Amino acid sequence: MTDYLNALVVFANFVFVPALTYGCQLALGSLGVTMIYSVLRFSNFAQGETMAFGTVITIMVTWLLQSWGVSLGFLPTALLALPIGILVTALVLLLTDRYVYRYYRTKRSKSITFVMASLGVMFIMNGVVRLLLGPNDQNFADGERFFLTADAFRAWTGLDEALVIRTSQALTIILAVILVVALFWFLQRTKTGKAMRAYADNENLALLSGINPDRIVRITWIITAALATVAGVLYGLDKGYKPLSYYNLLLPIFAAVIVGGIGKPIGAIVGGFIIAFSEVIVTYAYKKVLTYVLPTDMAPDGLVQLLSTEYKFAVSFVILVIVLLVKPTGLFKGKVL
Amino acid sequence: MTYLVGEGLTGGYGSGPSILNGCNISVDRGEIAVIVGPNGAGKSTAMKSFLGLLNLKEGKVTLDGKDITHLEPPARISEGIAFVPQTENVFVSMTVEENLEMGAFLRDDDFTDTRDQIYDLFPILKEKRFQLAGQLSGGQRQQVAVGRAMMTKPTVLLLDEPTAGVSPIVMDELFDRILEVKSTGMAVLMVEQNARQALEIADRGYVLVMGENKHTGSGAALLADPVVRKSFLGG
Amino acid sequence: MSQRPSNAPLHDNTVRASIAFLVMAGLLILIGVTQSWALALTILNLCIISAIMALGVNIQWGYAGLFNVGIMGFAALGGLATIIISMPPVKEAWQAGGMRVLLALITILATISAALFVHKLFQGKRLHGWLIAVVIIIGVVISRYILDPGVAAIEAVNPASTGYLGGLGLPVVFAWIVGGCLAAGAAWLIGKIALGLRSDYLAIATLGISEILVAVMRNEDWLTRGVKNVTGLPRPVPYELELQQAPWFINLVERLNSGSLAGLNSTDHTAVLQTLVVDSASIFVKLCYTGLFALVLILILQLCVLALDSPWGRMVRAIRDNEVAADAMGKDVTGRHLQIFILGSAVVGIAGAMLATLDGQFTPGSYSPLRFTFLIWVMVIVGGSGNNLGAVLGGFLVWLIWVEAEPVGFWLMDALTSWMGDGSGLRKHLLDSAQYMRVIIMGAVLLLVMRFSPWGLLPEQNR
Repeated sequence: MTDYLNALVVFANFVFVPALTYGCQLALGSLGVTMIYSVLRFSNFAQGETMAFGTVITIMVTWLLQSWGVSLGFLPTALLALPIGILVTALVLLLTDRYVYRYYRTKRSKSITFVMASLGVMFIMNGVVRLLLGPNDQNFADGERFFLTADAFRAWTGLDEALVIRTSQALTIILAVILVVALFWFLQRTKTGKAMRAYADNENLALLSGINPDRIVRITWIITAALATVAGVLYGLDKGYKPLSYYNLLLPIFAAVIVGGIGKPIGAIVGGFIIAFSEVIVTYAYKKVLTYVLPTDMAPDGLVQLLSTEYKFAVSFVILVIVLLVKPTGLFKGKVL
Repeated sequence: MTYLVGEGLTGGYGSGPSILNGCNISVDRGEIAVIVGPNGAGKSTAMKSFLGLLNLKEGKVTLDGKDITHLEPPARISEGIAFVPQTENVFVSMTVEENLEMGAFLRDDDFTDTRDQIYDLFPILKEKRFQLAGQLSGGQRQQVAVGRAMMTKPTVLLLDEPTAGVSPIVMDELFDRILEVKSTGMAVLMVEQNARQALEIADRGYVLVMGENKHTGSGAALLADPVVRKSFLGG
Repeated sequence: MSQRPSNAPLHDNTVRASIAFLVMAGLLILIGVTQSWALALTILNLCIISAIMALGVNIQWGYAGLFNVGIMGFAALGGLATIIISMPPVKEAWQAGGMRVLLALITILATISAALFVHKLFQGKRLHGWLIAVVIIIGVVISRYILDPGVAAIEAVNPASTGYLGGLGLPVVFAWIVGGCLAAGAAWLIGKIALGLRSDYLAIATLGISEILVAVMRNEDWLTRGVKNVTGLPRPVPYELELQQAPWFINLVERLNSGSLAGLNSTDHTAVLQTLVVDSASIFVKLCYTGLFALVLILILQLCVLALDSPWGRMVRAIRDNEVAADAMGKDVTGRHLQIFILGSAVVGIAGAMLATLDGQFTPGSYSPLRFTFLIWVMVIVGGSGNNLGAVLGGFLVWLIWVEAEPVGFWLMDALTSWMGDGSGLRKHLLDSAQYMRVIIMGAVLLLVMRFSPWGLLPEQNR
């Protein structure tokens, strides 16, 4: 019996909790893409770099705060810097809208033109991010490292294996829940949120009802900035900041958005978790779990890993392909044309 | 002085050719005016000139004696003109109640009274208030669309082919509802394909051909006119 | 953007194109005179390859409005072809694990056929998707079971110099064709899946496939040696060392330089001739490449012109000008788009193979989306979307800017930060980051051209 419990703990420790955390991060990033899609009607390729940019600003402010001796106790100082990161990112996104996208909006250009412009924005941000903080890893996490330590868990349960929850993981889950609840409350309950949904649903009728499109677009960018920055900072706290990994988040994010149904906020969240869990489940080496579960003489020799971690984005891609082949509208019936 | 008047309307969309050639259309409060005519006669265009979507070369539009010829569409909405497009006239992913709320977007005051009045006018909407508008039948959707437009407490309601694509029974019901809307003191101007039925409820009727007034008169008079009957109402 | 409004001004492209290419030539000559001819030729060769890649992308974008964000992957497939075709086979590796690799390949093919068979048999029935999933999982497990020991054995064979299967040992020029075919195959797969849906989906799908292709090349050492790189690819042109010893070449150099060599005593004569021969050999080799590449470029350009003038090309243009109308007239829009997507990708694949040939090595680590996807897009947009000559011009010009932007960026940063003093950490950081300036500049160029000159330098001409 304890063997099974141990196996379960190992699974929870190495698969469930990391996937849950990663899923929250992806969900927040994907929500930004879906919001932009439903209001501005294009797939924003700059989302990954936006996340990186928000993180860079937050890191720089964090370092500044640290140099002043400011800290948040057991929580990372980055939480204090986060609002400033969001603010700066929102400002930058609003500027890109003003000087890049607005022109194509007034011209009513095809969505692919927006996509291409977003590619240009993506590479400018790519350069700016590296200009500010270089291409290398940066660690900016401080405060208490663990929310639940291995010793505490072992002492509590008496098991050999331990479930460890890092502060960054706990923080990710809590913050993501708060943000998602706030976002849905905003969209479902407030006048502005409803106007945003109305604009996404039927642009002409929204105009006829006196909804100001510029205001809707502005608010959408600000929300996207907040989501992207929080997602990026949480990802950075969890796995360390490295600009390239933010570019690599683009594919899982798009996959999550399309799996859930493009333009559907709830779809982006579900999609984020589907992608995150598939990725972690497929790339985890099950040797340790199986050693507990199987009889001793059947214990596996190899790692029992379905796919090496280098190919983790192949998981997103395969899921994306399956969705495109089987149900292009995604799980929640997003827009296809 | 008639409440809403379009005089000598001439113009088209953008810099395109003129679709309207000096046509006159007016409607008073508590009246229904119907524009009928063959395809391409400029019926919808005439209606849109009241909404300010047209580039008018000549003519003027007055509302309650005030010249609104050069007002932009949003300003006209605040002046009390409401428009119900022919298609895509509801927010399909939002509930009936949210649709009405969006209709009142520009209002900062408490609009529950208006909403309740609309629910009295269209009882089915009250029943389905928490359903998504996209899940309603065609006739019900039209009621949502009219209800949404009325949320700004307009004095003029412009309806672009409200009965397009609904069954005759639903059409009769819709016309009943429109009569009730009129009785609230609204000026109703609508474009209709179902000319005969529309003229039956019309206080004023306009038959447009090539952007000009061909026949004008009360609905009953037009229905009685043998020329109109022969040419436009199929005998 | 791919559609030109009817009121857009018509430009006379012949004059524009001639001037533009003359300016290009002038710039290269300037580099030749002020820096070195070898450098000018290196840049020129890469310009031609860039131009071919841009041409391939322009076929997709200009003819069909297809947005390919996976240029990197198709170019890398071309590079892979050079290994498979031109490297000598590694016999020990084949003996160690070749059979297993082949067997695993057969298993994968069998799995795909089985999955398709199940798909046909159970279409519309319950469990349809699950059955296919089961077939695929079983296939993957079996092929992994066969493949893994083979891969381990292959990679154990002399890992420092080989550790992979090698290739077929054929002339490298064949790899250009095979590279095109490989890219076409990948394009077929992606096009089948993503075309006919939202236009953004193709962009996302190509982004995904290119990342995966490059990841495979980076990690499958048995195939590509991964990050250990395959160096010493055979050349389609002579080697510098051979030339330096070939009497005919030495004679040729002597005759060409007889003016400057005359009047030197014999020791000086030999020494000067020696350096001249070394320099000339490197230039000669580069010229050979230039000739070969230019041939390919002209061939592809000519084929594009022929294709566009054919009935097929007329249909393609009709579809592009009004997709809805063409669809309503019963034209197979998605089918046509698939053909165009495959053709364009094949051209990119050819260019990718040529690039690996020119480099003489295949380095999976060097494939970055910045250099291979984004830069090519800048070339297409700057050159003039829809215009083949424009794409070529864009390829030339943007490559030149890209090469020269790094030193300029460094210089600019140096000048801007000179007031900070040499000890300043910020100055050092900014100087280190100067290379990112050119990415920013390129992004800005893309956005500015899209906005203010959407038809690029050479707009498409109405026919």
